[in-house]
Amino acid sequence: MKVSMKVNGTGMSGEVEGRTLLVEFLRGGLGLTGTHVGCDTSQCGACVVHVNGEAVKACTMFAAEADGAEVTTIEGMANADGSLSTIQQAFQDHHGLQCGFCTPGMVMSAAALLKENPKPTEAQVREYLEGNLCRCTGYHNIVKAIMAASGQAVEMTAAG
Amino acid sequence: MYAFDIAKPATLAEAVQAMKTGEAQALSGGQTLIPTLKQRLAAPSVLVSLAGVGEMKGVSAKDGVLEIGGAATHREVAGQRHYPGLAELAGRIGDPAVRNRGTIGGSLANNDPSACYPAALLASGGSVKTDRREIAADDFFQGMFATALEADEIITAVRLRVPEASNYQKFLQPASRFALVGVFVARHADGVRVAVTGASEGGVFRWTEAERALSADFSAGAVSGLKHPADGMISDIHGTPEYRAHLIGVMTHRAVAAAS
Repeated sequence: MKVSMKVNGTGMSGEVEGRTLLVEFLRGGLGLTGTHVGCDTSQCGACVVHVNGEAVKACTMFAAEADGAEVTTIEGMANADGSLSTIQQAFQDHHGLQCGFCTPGMVMSAAALLKENPKPTEAQVREYLEGNLCRCTGYHNIVKAIMAASGQAVEMTAAG
Repeated sequence: MYAFDIAKPATLAEAVQAMKTGEAQALSGGQTLIPTLKQRLAAPSVLVSLAGVGEMKGVSAKDGVLEIGGAATHREVAGQRHYPGLAELAGRIGDPAVRNRGTIGGSLANNDPSACYPAALLASGGSVKTDRREIAADDFFQGMFATALEADEIITAVRLRVPEASNYQKFLQPASRFALVGVFVARHADGVRVAVTGASEGGVFRWTEAERALSADFSAGAVSGLKHPADGMISDIHGTPEYRAHLIGVMTHRAVAAAS
């Protein structure tokens, strides 16, 4: 079947099967390989994208379900001039990544959090990232980056 | 995954019709079904997506009953203000991205023995509305992954009695974040209901001994001396039947303390 969706502001379409996952369409169909597949079982969150403004795991949604939707991936997060967005820059400044595999999902989840809750507490950041796994950083610098991106002090009181 | 088609009905009538074709399977949020399909544990010929069915959306409260559309997401349930105990439960299911997709109708139809919503519905009392009838909460759950639903029946809405006070306590299984044991306590004008998920081989159930004690005296002290028997409790790598039985008491105590 044919699906059409607006991806990062641009109309895209392609042929998919019923069983084609959204992440497969984004990566294989559209070549947007910034969205990663870590576990493929909706545990790790590396594939988080925004569908109609809400964070979803693109490995646990069919492309056909996103027909007509507005999708934002990590490729759509940088500023118009190509410079890093506030969240992305904060990840760099605070060493919020090591191998970088989980980072696209972390940035997308962070963006969803800050849209809902522009000044989260450290505990709220940690809770929101419950579905995003990182095997390198131990999370502290990711949390610092998100706190900084929200314009708040980065000192942390507790390792949740 | 095996190959299948996806139908996207816009109305309940179209969805009901689509469920009659071949080996049809309803698809709601897909947060359990899609992983199941990936493991090839199911092989439907067509998935009937319920996300676009207008009649199954929305949340409304009237005369002490909260009615939630079957396709309402956990996020939407967490955001309603009519039933705080239920909102708190919904806001702790899975993680934010899962809550944006998963639905109350899908969760109840699946009736995972460790899911949260079955405890809420059973403790609240109320009913499940389908495309063809209304099923009382006490008749709906029929064991692990088993419900009163027929194979092609669709949950269109869930009706819950809003209690005077309520609280849900979930002891997280640390890897899956499902309930190792979860207890929902609801104080209604006509008595207290206590529903337990995650613990029993028979799926969600009411702990009637605790209900009697709490209906007489709604205080944490009233259940301090109660012990749930270990018979019939789940035994797996995460806990023995005795451990789960003990947790039922602890979680009930905490829920009452938080609700009262």
